[in-house]
Amino acid sequence: MNIRKPSKQRQSLKLQGSEMKPVAKLGTDIKAKIGQQLRLMYDEIVEQGVPERFAKILRGLDDPSNESSKNEPA
Amino acid sequence: MSPHRNMRGNMREVMLAAVPSLRAFAISLCGNVDRADDLVQEALLRALANLDSFEPGTNMSAWLFTILRNLFRSEYRKRRREVEDIDGSYAEQLTFSPEQSTRLEINEFREALKALPPEQREALILVGASGFSYEEAARICGCAVGTIKSRVNRARGRLAEILSIEGASDFGPDRETRAVVNSDLLTRRS
Repeated sequence: MNIRKPSKQRQSLKLQGSEMKPVAKLGTDIKAKIGQQLRLMYDEIVEQGVPERFAKILRGLDDPSNESSKNEPA
Repeated sequence: MSPHRNMRGNMREVMLAAVPSLRAFAISLCGNVDRADDLVQEALLRALANLDSFEPGTNMSAWLFTILRNLFRSEYRKRRREVEDIDGSYAEQLTFSPEQSTRLEINEFREALKALPPEQREALILVGASGFSYEEAARICGCAVGTIKSRVNRARGRLAEILSIEGASDFGPDRETRAVVNSDLLTRRS
């Protein structure tokens, strides 16, 4: 006998009448769709490349005037 | 050129190559370009200041992601009680626009992503977009592989709910059922 009361959230989900499946059983199409949208969003930022402010920061790494290279012979 | 300087030059190249994805991770995490870029800048400065702690031969990209992720989490803890003001800011800051329908879809997705708890969001992005394995993502987030897997699963489930993907007619419940339905259709068609 199940004496556990369904939570409010569970009840409302049931009321929606949708087939609520456990997360572990998400269909491969749903995963694919989410993955596709996620990469679409992500890749549009990746395609913007490296903004100059970051290139400038990293340029200091192999600049001879960089502090870490100061003790090397010129 | 000294070997030392040459090595630093190589490191610069590797770090430069990692920046676009690092930035995409930051923007996806916090939903605001300005805040994300500050985060990327801070992460790069930290990385440069701590280059000695980077183990050559290990994944530079994962190292940078770890630094940025930890910065974000400590900032997030500080900001938790502040009201988030990130609505609309991302779309406005985009300089180019893809096809309108795609644009709407991406915006809707980004809104849904914001609704996820940060630990689910970061897990999903690292595995689903940044291209890290579950093992690498677990190392970046400092948790067990199983934890990452369950976070990614819960993130997908929640997104499917928010975006109402589970109710769409073009998405079958699982591969087996679809296979049966499809073969049934094929039989009837022929």
